[in-house]
Amino acid sequence: MSPLSEPPRESFRLNMLLNDTRFRSYTFQLVALILLVAAFGYLGSNLMANLRAAGLNISYNFLGDPAGYDINQRLVEYDSQSSHWRAAVVGILNTLLVAFLACVTATLLGVFAGVLRLSKNWLVRKLMAVYVEAFRNVPVLIWIIIIFTIMTAVLPAPSAFRGDAATASMPFNAFAFTNRGIYMPAPVFGPGAAFLAAILAASVIGIFAFKRYATKLLFDTGRLLPTFWPSVAIFFLPTILMFFVLGRPVSLDFPELTRFNFQGGINIQSPLIALWFALAIYTGAFIAENVRAGIQAVSKGQTEAAASLGLRPNRIMNLVILPQALRVIIPPLISQYLNITKNSSLAIAVGYMDITGTLGGITLNQTGRAIEAVLLLMLFYLSISLSISALMNIYNKSIKLKER
Amino acid sequence: MAHAKAQTAAFVRKAMLNEQAPPAAERGFVHWIRSNLFDGVGNSLLTILSLLVVYYLLMAFLPWLLNGIWDAPSIRACRELLEGASGGCFAVLTERWNQLLFGFKYPSSEYWRPTLAFVLLLVAVAPIMFAMYMPRWLLLFSAIYPFLAFWLIWGGTILIPVMTFLGFVAGYVLYRSMVTRSFAAGLFSAVTAAAVVWWSGGILMDVLAPEKPLLEAVSSRDIGGFMLNMMLGTVCVSLSLPLGIALALGRQSNMPIVKWICVVFIEFIRGVPLITLLFVANVVLAYFLPPGTTFDLILRVIIMITMFSAAYIAEVIRGGLAALPSGQYEAADSLGLDYPQAMRLIILPQALKISIPGIVNVAVGLFKDTTLVSVISMFDMVGMIRGPILASTEWNGVYWELFGFAAILFFVVCYGISQYSQWLERQLNTDYR
Repeated sequence: MSPLSEPPRESFRLNMLLNDTRFRSYTFQLVALILLVAAFGYLGSNLMANLRAAGLNISYNFLGDPAGYDINQRLVEYDSQSSHWRAAVVGILNTLLVAFLACVTATLLGVFAGVLRLSKNWLVRKLMAVYVEAFRNVPVLIWIIIIFTIMTAVLPAPSAFRGDAATASMPFNAFAFTNRGIYMPAPVFGPGAAFLAAILAASVIGIFAFKRYATKLLFDTGRLLPTFWPSVAIFFLPTILMFFVLGRPVSLDFPELTRFNFQGGINIQSPLIALWFALAIYTGAFIAENVRAGIQAVSKGQTEAAASLGLRPNRIMNLVILPQALRVIIPPLISQYLNITKNSSLAIAVGYMDITGTLGGITLNQTGRAIEAVLLLMLFYLSISLSISALMNIYNKSIKLKER
Repeated sequence: MAHAKAQTAAFVRKAMLNEQAPPAAERGFVHWIRSNLFDGVGNSLLTILSLLVVYYLLMAFLPWLLNGIWDAPSIRACRELLEGASGGCFAVLTERWNQLLFGFKYPSSEYWRPTLAFVLLLVAVAPIMFAMYMPRWLLLFSAIYPFLAFWLIWGGTILIPVMTFLGFVAGYVLYRSMVTRSFAAGLFSAVTAAAVVWWSGGILMDVLAPEKPLLEAVSSRDIGGFMLNMMLGTVCVSLSLPLGIALALGRQSNMPIVKWICVVFIEFIRGVPLITLLFVANVVLAYFLPPGTTFDLILRVIIMITMFSAAYIAEVIRGGLAALPSGQYEAADSLGLDYPQAMRLIILPQALKISIPGIVNVAVGLFKDTTLVSVISMFDMVGMIRGPILASTEWNGVYWELFGFAAILFFVVCYGISQYSQWLERQLNTDYR
């Protein structure tokens, strides 16, 4: 049998490029491609002409030249004779450091505030609403500057800690909050510290093993072992025991006031603290809203169903509510982490030497290599963003509801 | 049997009892306090802790606010007036009010112009925001407003905004008459008409330009303060909306080249921080322009911020498009509508409605991000505070008053916008539940 109507077999005509939907999309794409190439060609030719006129060229050789400036906050060896490339690496590590610290703090703060926003207590609920609204609706740059101002203009100078008439004091003789940053004790690792670390790692593995065993026992025999206190014990006891057996291999180096400043201990400088806390508090407000939305997204029927199965309230939370809420909470949480990483570029406003401050700030101004420096800067942020979103896609796939 | 039982009962009530009020602890204020604040030990502890926090915050804040000095020439005079008591020096706000709002170089005789532009902005925005309560002809003013505001703020010859406006009018008229035949025809004739008007307007301008313009011209460098934040915010959000819609439709398209152009653009812009884009506007963009052209810094910044927010808005709208049930697309197809008609009449109205909360979030975030321009040494509100005001000898050290004021100003605008969006969501909610 032949089909009722033969498809039209007409020969190709030129106006079909515009009027026939089968061919029109090719026309559109061709036009788009030509426009794109033309735009790039135009911009590129302008770039070439401008560079020729200014006697410049695109070259990344400047990265090998000595940077000639100091960075006071650094995680790896660096001095003013190191190369611009080294300065950029210091900046990258500083970006990652502040982003990591801010992510952890913001998560804690956000979960805390988000859960309390659902509290039965009216006053707590309202206080948390005020926190969320106040911090969400004011630019993060203003918060960074405000906290930086507190750190540098309100806290006392180290000299205020001196003498009998000292106007400032150190809590526990260990912490000093000065306008040059916060000083706190630093751990000093003696011989045997590595062994201690190994013990600690082993006890963490032990906790997981114990939890697996408890779950297996529950599934096999129905006996429910307590897990919380044994876990605490496994975590602390062996390490503390070994600490004393080995003769205290880890000691603390306390900061001490010398002639002009504090010596020893860890010094966390004001720009880092300002950036860290401002990003954490600001993003914490957003995370609080995500957490609240996530918990509210689990329908009430789930709680009731779990209760009617005879589960106790904390097991309802752990086994029924949280796994479902996390599915809603985690994707926006990760994009908030991404926002923290990108917002950490505001470091330049308070002089924290992250990648924007080194490569996009001083290096750019000293060498005049604007195009190269900005390009590298964008490449760095882009690679971080793209790798995090790739991870997120994998995660989203793995938690996707498996339906029929 | 039943009869006998009734006989033996000692007492049987014959009349219904009146309803009793619940016990005192179960109603009114006392009940509310007990169930909301002191419901169990943990809850009571939380309440007391919160009360303490509120108390300490207020004790630190109230005297500072109430003792504030509102009239003094400098911070030293302020401190003398306070005589060691705790109090804010709000005199900086009254003394530098104009600088905070308009920047420090805007000619002071012309302050009425941005003020008028701001008031008219409210008038122009109202018919859009409250479209269901306002007569439609008011939208005419909203259409004129951008050109009027441009003329008010920058001054100079009125011919530029008038010619630009006429170009748009010509384009719109032609579009309306041609769009019934096909969208493409409408669009192309509109673009051609506008281009013709602008081109001939450029020639006319050289002939007609008066010696002395009605309003004194103000250069872009002189614009600053909160006015700059407002301007960047409104201009970039309104420009990025159509661009964002186009990008979202492009990303949904089944033409691979168009799709990939949009995907690369969106992911690139979303992957880098706004500051790097502002660096591009500040130091890199000039290399890509024809040699010898000078390009206003504000215009460069507007271009970059618009691209930035367009990418985010595109993602929001893509979410709205994806949330529409595919039946809507199929229904539009089966009615015989072509792609532009289906989009304009069926898909976009619904998708945009779903996207409103997301778009407003982007708009609020963008408005907050306009403070970033202070990093590339433009004197917006934050730039004014950190630059000319805190650096001056009179006001060096007045941090809280200035930053608190900036924070409150931003809070009022951002909170207002988000409240509006929630109200609009309720208004547009057509689910019958």
